[in-house]
Order: sequence, then C-alpha cells, then structure tokens
Amino acid sequence: MSNTTGAVGLFIFACLLPLGAAYADGSGDPTAVSNKDGRYLDKAGNPTYKVQPDGTVDWYTYSGFRRYHSECHVCHGPDGEGSTYAPALKNSLKTIGYPEFLSIVATGRQNVTTAQENVMPSFGENKNVVCYLDDIYVYLRARANDAIPRGRPPKREDKPAAATKAENDCLG
Amino acid sequence: MRKIILSAPIITALAGLGMPASANDDLAKMGADGKQWVMPTGDYANTRYSKLKQITAQNVGKLAPVWTFSTGVLRGHEGAPLVVGDTMYVHAPFPNTVFALDLNNDGKILWKYEPKQDPNVIPVMCCDTVNRGLSYGDGKVFLHQADTTLVALDAKTGAVVWSTKNGDPSKGQTGTSAPMVIKDKVLVGISGGEFGVQCHVTAYDIKTGKQVWRGFSEGPDNELLVDPEKTTALGKPIGKDSSLKTWQGDQWKIGGGCTWGWISYDPSLDLVYYGSGNPSTWNPKQRPGDNKWSMTIWARNPDTGMAKWVYQMTPHDEWDFDGINEMILSDQTINGKARKLLTHFDRNGFGYTLDRDTGELLVAEKYDPAVNWATKVDMDKSSATYGRPLVVPQYSTEHNGEDVNTKGVCPAALGSKDEQPAAYSPDTQLFYVPTNHVCMDYEPFKVSYTAGQPYVGPTLSMFPPQGQTNMGNFIAWDGKTGKIVWSDPEQFSVWSGALATAGNVVFYGTLEGYLKAVDAKTGKELYKFKTPSGIIGNVMTYEHKGRQYVAVLSGVGGWAGIGLAAGLTKPTDGLGAVGGYAALSNYTALGGTLTVFALPQS
Repeated sequence: MSNTTGAVGLFIFACLLPLGAAYADGSGDPTAVSNKDGRYLDKAGNPTYKVQPDGTVDWYTYSGFRRYHSECHVCHGPDGEGSTYAPALKNSLKTIGYPEFLSIVATGRQNVTTAQENVMPSFGENKNVVCYLDDIYVYLRARANDAIPRGRPPKREDKPAAATKAENDCLG
Repeated sequence: MRKIILSAPIITALAGLGMPASANDDLAKMGADGKQWVMPTGDYANTRYSKLKQITAQNVGKLAPVWTFSTGVLRGHEGAPLVVGDTMYVHAPFPNTVFALDLNNDGKILWKYEPKQDPNVIPVMCCDTVNRGLSYGDGKVFLHQADTTLVALDAKTGAVVWSTKNGDPSKGQTGTSAPMVIKDKVLVGISGGEFGVQCHVTAYDIKTGKQVWRGFSEGPDNELLVDPEKTTALGKPIGKDSSLKTWQGDQWKIGGGCTWGWISYDPSLDLVYYGSGNPSTWNPKQRPGDNKWSMTIWARNPDTGMAKWVYQMTPHDEWDFDGINEMILSDQTINGKARKLLTHFDRNGFGYTLDRDTGELLVAEKYDPAVNWATKVDMDKSSATYGRPLVVPQYSTEHNGEDVNTKGVCPAALGSKDEQPAAYSPDTQLFYVPTNHVCMDYEPFKVSYTAGQPYVGPTLSMFPPQGQTNMGNFIAWDGKTGKIVWSDPEQFSVWSGALATAGNVVFYGTLEGYLKAVDAKTGKELYKFKTPSGIIGNVMTYEHKGRQYVAVLSGVGGWAGIGLAAGLTKPTDGLGAVGGYAALSNYTALGGTLTVFALPQS
C-alpha cells in the first residue's frame, strides 16, 4: 500500500504542478490525444472521455454511465452528485488521480470518526465493477470536468469490437 | 423442519399453561388506551391510530416543541421511539445505539446500549444504515442490529439477556427492520435484496432467543413453510413446488424476496402478515418466471410459520417494486358485508384491499394517478390472468429487453410509497398515506453474482411525472372503494410514517424537516414546525402525567437521501418546472434528533 500511495502522490504532484490552475482533475489535462479501438487516452496515458460537439460520447463513457448507475449510485447518488450517505465522486475526481481511483475501488476505504462512519467496500472481486473500472473512471472524469451534463448521454459511439471482446474475456 | 412444525403446537400449549398471560395479551392491553406506544407499529393492526384526543384539530395550531434529544448519529433515522410506562426507548441507525430515557426526569438517560459491530457491514447495507426501531415484550427491549444480531435487553437496566445471529453480513445479509413481539415469540425479517440473499422471516423464543421457525420467501416447500394442498393463493391451493417451478435452475438460492418491512398480527384469526421484496437481480431477463414468492403478501401462523395464504402482487418484477410495505388491518363493511380487511399500499402504485382471513382480493386501484406501468389489476375471477397486473408493453423492461432504456415508467423504483407506513383512522375510515410522485428510466443489463457484492443490474434515472413540480403527495384513501379522498401535494417525496389520532388530526413529516398536522377529514394544514433535519421517521404519540405528546425522529437519509439529495435528473431540458428538480441538500443537512411536541400548559 505504502508503495502505491507514494507513487500516486508523486504522480499527482507531477501532473498538478504545471497544470494545477487549469484543470481541477486529479489526473491532469483530460484532453484526449489518442484513440485505440474507441478507447481514448490523455497525454499522460490515462483513460479519458471524448465528447463530440453534438454531445456524442465515446462508448466507454456511456458504458461507465450505465455501470455507475448499477453499482455505485445506491451510495454515491445519481450522476456522481453524492448523497446523504457518500461523497460526490464528480468532486472527488477533481483531486483523485487514475491510479488512486483504481486502488480505492479495488481495496475499499474506511473513514471512521467519532461523528461519521463512512465505509466503502472492496470491489476487487466484483466483476460487475472490475470489468468496467475504466468505463466508470472516464464517465466520472467527464462529470468532474463538466464535459457531460447530468443524466443519460443522449448519443454515443458504437460499441467497439474490442470492448465486446474485453467484456467477454473479463466476465468469463 | 418437519420436526419443528410438529412440535410447535405442543410447545405453545405448554407455554400457555405456564404463563399467566402471554406477552401478546400484555402488549395489546398496554397499548389499548393510547397512553403508551408499545410497538413499532403502534398496534398489532399497524393502524398507527391513537385514541388520545387532547390535541385536536381545533387546538393543534398551538402545538410547540417542548423537549429534544440528539442521538449523536448522522445517518438516516427511520422508525419511532417506544414509550413503556415512564420510559421512552430511542434507537439510532448504525451503530444502533439504544437509549432509555426517564420521562419523569426530563428525559434523563437511564441506560444506554451501544453494540460493537464490524463497520464492514456498512457498505453491504443498500441505501443507508437505517434501523426501523425497537420492540418491547416480557420485560425486554428487542433490537435488530445492522449485523443481523437480534438482541434482547433488560428493559430496566439495558443488560443483554440473550443475543442471536439472524444472518451473515459477509453474504450481504443485514438487519434494518424492527422486530415484532407476537405471543411468546419475536419475529424478525432480513435485508439484502440487492445482494442476492434468499430472504426469510424467523421467529425466536422470547425467553431464550432460540429459533422456533424460519419461513423463506422462495425455495422448496419445506423451506417456504407451506402446505401444497392447504396454503392458498387467490382461493386455490398453491400446489407442490409452487416456488421452484417459477425460477430457472437454482436461481431461487440467490432470489431475494427480502423481508425488511413491517409485521402485523390479527389475534382473532391468529395470523401474522408481512410482504416480501424484489427478486434478485433487478434485471428481469436474467431470471425468467414469476419468481414466487417474491413481491408477495404472506399470512402465516405465528406459532409454526405455516402459511395460510399468499398473494403475489408483481409476478416477475421488472422495476424493483418490493412488496414489503405494511399490511394495515381494519374491520369495515364492503357492499353491505362486514369484512376483516387487510389494506396494503404497494411500491408498484396499487392500493390493495384483501379479505385477511381468506386472501380474497377485493380492491386493487392506483393510489397515484401517475402510475402507468400497468393499466389495472385483473379482477375477473374467470380470467387466466386473475389477480395479475396488466402490464403495458411500453413500460415493460422485460419486453423491451436488456440494453434498452425503458423510459417514463411511473412509479420509479422508489415506489409510489416505500417503507414509510400509512395510518388508518376508524373514526373517518380513511387511510393516510405518505407517497412518492416520481418516475424513472430503467435500463437492465447482465450482471454476475458474487457473494456479499451488489447484485443489481439496471441503470436508472428518476424525475417527477411530466409537467409536474411536486415529488410527493400526502393522501387520504378509501380502502373500500379504492379512491383518493384528498391529496396534499408536497415538494419532496413524503418519507415519514403517518399518525392518525382521535383528535381528528393526522401527523406526518417531510424531507425538508417539517412536522405537519392536517385535518383528518379535509387534509387542511393546521400546523407545521421545521425540525433540525429531514424527517424519514414515523410520528408517534403518548400521554405522560395527563399531557399528550407527539414525537418524531428527524435525520435525513435512507433511499430518499440517496436519490433526492442532489435533486432528480432532468429527463429533457424544458420539461417540468424547476421545483420538481430541487435538491434536498439545499433544504436540510444530516443529524439525528428526537423532537417532542405538546400543547402549552395553561
């Protein structure tokens, strides 16, 4: 854990120094610079979203919308907006970077104080989450950057063959 | 299982001889004059009606808070305190603290109980760490903890008398419901419908905590506790393997049908009533069949658990319309005939009235005009679909299939009403129903099951009915005819249990935090007071030293706090008014407080 945390810390530090003022995004500039089989990456190599001027979103952002609202929203509220129970992830991703996001989802998190007991479980063995980690990440990243409004993205790119293959491989 | 069934009547007979009066008789007597509030449901019939009438429609406008009490917990506060003698028992969400307060001494704390529970139970509680309250009987207070421990506390000292484990949180089984003391037993349900739990109601011996029977919602007949020839559905025997036949393979083992609502009891018929919840997963395509007996009203013998009748309201659920809402028992006349009735306001938006002796379906009508997923419930006894909802294909997520977004289904998965219980006044013969007025888009897709992990599988977004600005209504309902008598619009869903009184006043709370009093006959608002946080608790009343008090827990949270905290999603820009999408977080914040009201002393 300490190793991972250290790496995440350095990573965020590196990203935020030059860009901190410009992007409230834990992974820095979310602009997509490459596209491999419908999967978009930013210049640091992190998964990111792609929204066309007409509102069309990439498949993974759309898929993330669906998976978020199946697995995450019963605690974190609709559209990453938070609830009386758990924090708004569209805000959390303004400071949490991609590796830390993966780490929290995989291992869970406890924030127990005298006033509150917030506990997030480990989703490391839940295929409905693990197989769609990047999808959920890019969806929330788009929400954190206000790149998409609340609600269902009205238009999306077609599901890439690579996504179908990865899904089948992962779900088994 | 058979052994237990055979021996149970003998045990009961012996217990009857040994005890001067069963806990059941004691409780019914204690609650009769309305001065004490001895059950989480007010009375066995679940009417939440009090004979107290010091506070009336004429004077309720002068009501004022007289004392308050903080539970020290920030999560959603459902349920209501009990009053037994001069002591009030207050419960809290996780960590499930219990306080005994001395009503003779300004609410001084007589004792406090705080169980040690593994915080890992928190995230397996779907929709907040709520608890719906305590039960009392045989000198003990019963608490159903989040980790499913059922504990009996000495009512005088708070010492643990016995403790038993009702389930396994590592498999997603949790405790949120209030136990119910019936005769010499404590009955308790279990939560976990979003985690693929095979749910059940279990009876424990009030003296020892030993399990007496357990009736599952789905599975083989010996686990259901049914008799294929004698247990009926809509007047006919259910037959052998009635549940197994309606599931694919052994999906019933992760079938849900959870039992986290309220339990009622009719001593004259000796039957207990409760509802079972949604089948798991929420994706209907993955579980072909009627998925019996999820979404079902159950009538069971309290001594053996044997079911007398069942009625499945929403076969093969496609929308998460849990059937767990309370069963309110009343005696009224329908078509000139005196009837023992059971009235139930289901999540699916239909208000059902049945004969509670036979399970005959008498009335099934929409209690929110927005309900659109079914045209009606088929009331034609000669029809092949008798008793079933006639589903509209446009709103059928089964019909539209996986990976298709079914739009504009009313009600939303919240239901036209959730667990927040309605009240019934024998004076007006009306039911007072807190309702949700919310619709949804629902897109099911394939999910895989992992023990202890969510097993849900649709994406849903919620919004008010098209062109409307209110997300809730507080209504008066005639259960004999199935008609709304009056309806008070509320900005947010009404997520608080109602209280009806002989003073012709009905009370309820709102998500913004108002305690409201309305005229029982007209619905006219007579009083309101904004408590420290949104109300998802149930209003109760009691009398102490000649003065009538009204009390309610505030502390926003629960499903309402999750779905409405940030406001609903706009389905399409320009539709509806801004008020319909208001964020609850702009009106109220977390915090558990009990507020107690009374009339000023002259």
